[in-house]
Amino acid sequence: MSPPASARLELRDVSLRYGRGAEPALKGLSLTVEPGELVALLGPSGCGKTTALKIVAGLLAPTSGEVLVDGRSLLGVPPEKRGAAMVFQKPLLFPHMSVEANVGFGLRMRGASQAESSARAREALGRVRMEGHGDRRPDELSGGQQQRVSLARALVTEPSLLLLDEPLSALDANLRSALRDLVREVQEEGGYTTVFVTHDQEEAVVLADRIALVTGGALRMYDRPQAFYDRPRTREVAEFFGATNFIEGRSAGPDGPVETALGTFGLATPVPAGKVTLTIRPEAVRLGTQSEDGGNSFVARVSEATYLGTQISYRLQAGDTSLRAALPPHTRLAVGERTTVRLPAESLWPLGP
Amino acid sequence: MGRRKRPGGLGLALVASLVALPLLPLLLWAFTGVWRFPDLLPSELSLRGWEYVAGGGGRAPEAILNSLLIGVAATAASVAVGLPAGMALGGYEFRLKGLVIFFVLLPILVPPLASTMGIHLTFIRLGLADTAFGVFLVHLIPTVPYTAIILTSVFAERGGEMEEAARTLGASPWQTFRHVTLPRAVPGIAVASLFAFLLSWSQYALTLLIGGGSVITLPMLLFSAASGSDPVITAVLTVVFALPALLALVVALRFLRGHGDERDLPFLGRPS
Repeated sequence: MSPPASARLELRDVSLRYGRGAEPALKGLSLTVEPGELVALLGPSGCGKTTALKIVAGLLAPTSGEVLVDGRSLLGVPPEKRGAAMVFQKPLLFPHMSVEANVGFGLRMRGASQAESSARAREALGRVRMEGHGDRRPDELSGGQQQRVSLARALVTEPSLLLLDEPLSALDANLRSALRDLVREVQEEGGYTTVFVTHDQEEAVVLADRIALVTGGALRMYDRPQAFYDRPRTREVAEFFGATNFIEGRSAGPDGPVETALGTFGLATPVPAGKVTLTIRPEAVRLGTQSEDGGNSFVARVSEATYLGTQISYRLQAGDTSLRAALPPHTRLAVGERTTVRLPAESLWPLGP
Repeated sequence: MGRRKRPGGLGLALVASLVALPLLPLLLWAFTGVWRFPDLLPSELSLRGWEYVAGGGGRAPEAILNSLLIGVAATAASVAVGLPAGMALGGYEFRLKGLVIFFVLLPILVPPLASTMGIHLTFIRLGLADTAFGVFLVHLIPTVPYTAIILTSVFAERGGEMEEAARTLGASPWQTFRHVTLPRAVPGIAVASLFAFLLSWSQYALTLLIGGGSVITLPMLLFSAASGSDPVITAVLTVVFALPALLALVVALRFLRGHGDERDLPFLGRPS
């Protein structure tokens, strides 16, 4: 069989409306996945991410837009001819077949001989650490084992696109992380171009080369995981990734400082003139220290301290503004105490509208 | 997730005796030679009734053969129509679905006897009256709706995700049907077939109307024997008549006892 042909996937302005008058499930989604890349489609339930995956698989037809693989349109190509194998939230193993027959299914459907499909099924079971289970019935396996078999069943077809629709969300927490590592491992080994749908932000961060955040059927941000923490595009994106610190202000111009109720802040990033919302991660907030020139600092009252084991989370109150700061657990600040708060220029980030 | 509790031995014995006890006097009568009034049991046993029936008395072999052929044909036709209907109604959402279900059920909502009166006139014109083929056609009036409804419940409970998975793995629509949909529907098809066959097998009024007495089936023979004077013949015919129903019960119990996959049986639900 041919070696895995990594494909470049491109969605161009894809929209889908389930019924006339219905709110569209996808509104002009555009996305490019490079060969061998693992992209997480992240979003709350009902945001359209599974819809997008099914459009790529050919199980749904978009109302408008294009789906291209290596520049060729997939629209009108039936699912079985797309080379896009999909793994679902449920394992969906065929109950009337043995595990090995399940894994060999895709090969047999393509006309492979019994001997070949069974040999390659055994090999694929080895890749997901399920060797020796080929003769079992699917209902004799645990949920995690079934999902491994389901993954092997997709891998054995050497898909040019691997589509994973929340494959881990039905599993227990510890099983989930083990299987997550396995997914990443086989994906890297095989070099499959992969789209991984999830609502779990942590899962997306750990697994993905790039994350596509989708809400309300549209793409909000598409970047490497770290960018979602360091440089979120909008307040919505920042909040999805757990940001809690937002400071309203007004910028004087690209190089000018930002005026806020807490004082004047300099930023390492240029900010266009006009209203702006700044954000900063709780870990980047400095307490009790001042910079030499006293800039980017103000005084606040500690209104709450929560011990979290590896860190202490403080709530700081300055006027109407409330901020969170996360500090090492050995810091000792009492509730009610007043302290100097510094927001380092390189950690302050302006959010887009 | 607790699995469904299996009926225990005692429960099975109870069910079996409830089914079997009323049949006991019938069995005795079927093998009776002489059984006079005050006696508790027959004073003489014989195979007289069986010899009479097997020897062609009252055209019994012909009637049994007709019932079998019409029953098997009606079952096959009902599944052929009911399977696609059940897949469509159970597996897909579409406009005016309620109306389609109504029309599928219409033949059993309207008393079949009433519609068959009208059909009789048409059949006379078409030359189908008094033929076995005509009888087969009217038997479809009750069997097709029941088959379609049973199979609808089979597919409604399942959803189409497994078929979607098969498609993305490289199976064409036909391969998906052949290797995924059909094998999983086998228990449901078995139950639906059983229903269809029993409905056809026990049909009397429709057969009489369209067959006009030229197409003799087992129920017709049974009715005339029951109004006759020989209880032995009636008993023998009744035993033969009840056999498929007993067979059906055995098959159903087999599934209940867990030799089959009850999750794919209609009406029994899945273990939760």
